[in-house]
Amino acid sequence: MKVLGIETSCDETGVAIYDTTQGLLGHTLHSQVDLHAAYGGVVPELASRDHIRLLPALVRQTLESARCSLAELDAVAYTAGPGLAGALLVGAGYAESLGLALRVPALPIHHLEGHLLSPLLSRDPPEFPFVALLVSGGHTQLMEVTGVGAYRLLGETLDDAAGEAFDKTAKLMGLGYPGGPQLAALAAAGRVGRFALPRPMMRAAGLDFSFSGLKTAVLNVVSAPGWDAADAADLAADFQEAVVDVLCAKAMRALELCGLSRLVVAGGVGANLRLRVRLDASARRKGRQVYYPEPELCTDNGAMIAFAGALRFAAGERPHAAPAVRVRPRWPLAELQRP
Amino acid sequence: MKILAIETSCEHATVALLCDERVVERALDGHSTHSERLLKTISELIVDNDQPLGELDAIAFGAGPGAFTGLRLACAVAQGLATGAGIGVVPVSSLAALSAMSGHEYVLAATDARMGEVYSAAFRVLDGFPVLIAGPDCQVPEQMQLPPGTQWYLAGSAFGAHPSLLRRLSASSIGHDAIAVPQASSIARLAVRMIEDGGLLPPEQAAPLYVRNKVALTTAERLARGGKA
Repeated sequence: MKVLGIETSCDETGVAIYDTTQGLLGHTLHSQVDLHAAYGGVVPELASRDHIRLLPALVRQTLESARCSLAELDAVAYTAGPGLAGALLVGAGYAESLGLALRVPALPIHHLEGHLLSPLLSRDPPEFPFVALLVSGGHTQLMEVTGVGAYRLLGETLDDAAGEAFDKTAKLMGLGYPGGPQLAALAAAGRVGRFALPRPMMRAAGLDFSFSGLKTAVLNVVSAPGWDAADAADLAADFQEAVVDVLCAKAMRALELCGLSRLVVAGGVGANLRLRVRLDASARRKGRQVYYPEPELCTDNGAMIAFAGALRFAAGERPHAAPAVRVRPRWPLAELQRP
Repeated sequence: MKILAIETSCEHATVALLCDERVVERALDGHSTHSERLLKTISELIVDNDQPLGELDAIAFGAGPGAFTGLRLACAVAQGLATGAGIGVVPVSSLAALSAMSGHEYVLAATDARMGEVYSAAFRVLDGFPVLIAGPDCQVPEQMQLPPGTQWYLAGSAFGAHPSLLRRLSASSIGHDAIAVPQASSIARLAVRMIEDGGLLPPEQAAPLYVRNKVALTTAERLARGGKA
């Protein structure tokens, strides 16, 4: 069973083909990061324009690289939300129409379901149930996952997402856009412990997060008299350590509360090396395992959408009776149901 | 020739099926919910006329200018349908469609671009096919000028949204229609001629005609205007 996956929820155009017996047959990705860099952030209208400019060509390239013809497709899966409305509409309009013309089902997929199932695509996939830590520029959530479509929200950020905190802090430190990865690179050259930054909500009951205060704390440091830009690496290291401390503590507490031993980490921030080192160390001490997607599948991509679509399609899920282009820019993950 | 045409550039959306001389058009119910109703209306149109998508020659769409989201909806649906059916796509100017519908020879087509601006283009319609004379432009109505001549017919929502524009240009015009909107049947008819002239494109070359291309300020531009990074 072959499923085409299409992802256009934000600033990455991703296309992939997943086969339920042979695995991932091919995937292509176009990042718009250079397009938005001059604007200091994602411009939704420009994101939509770039998606529609490139999507049909990416579909053709993906089919060619997978040596797969359109006639072999059994379904078309696409990200229907959450994300930027205009960007989502491009993928949804294209995918629903392609499905209609091919006479195969078009399946709307939740972007975060794609992310949290993506570690199942790796060579050493986790088994259900597990706790998923979703950390990206748009999301920071802990979910209890007992199967495909069985998600319980354990906690989430009350303000900035972890990746957003990285990007905004990088911006106020003058590191450009998108600054998150640059901030992490700078932190690797710094020493932890010089700046006393808060660990927001780390000791608070519950599993919610808050990162906007941490960003403000960094702003206070860099705008104080006597701030020396030569200390930027050390400040970056302390910022990263504070974020990692909180994510680590809450993830371990979530495992404890759910009585589970497997943690799945997904989303762009899941590629952060310091986060991985610390999560692995904490888990090892307590006899738990941490699973990550393959590095190339940490960012937004079409493979996770093709995969989630294939799991749902294989489990018998079928789309709405009449074809329609419907997107859900806001769509709580916990609303999903088993296929 | 067999063509399916889509026009969703403004509030009133239509789809049409052209089979040689015969054109059947359907309006989408309701306003501002084109994404919800477009595929259902297309499905009904092709089923009711017993016209499988795979036997069409092309998918044509109103490329704009118009509401960005509507243009992309038409373009994405045209791309998806054409890819699946293994056929080509024809992007047609929505202003050209408006001109062809007027029945006049010299037409200034202008639509409301919101934000105090209008989209416009001037055409000479010969044998039912509009030949571009000026535009397309996106500008404030005060800047809009007619090409030379006094025989212009004015068509489109810009003249309803900006009565002062209509007053200013009426001396050079022979009439107007401020209610007309681009329709899919006109898109389909123009597509026939464009295909004959080699205008059939692979889906990946089909793009909306935005005209308004400056949609955000770069960080450098914001700083130059005294804004924040």
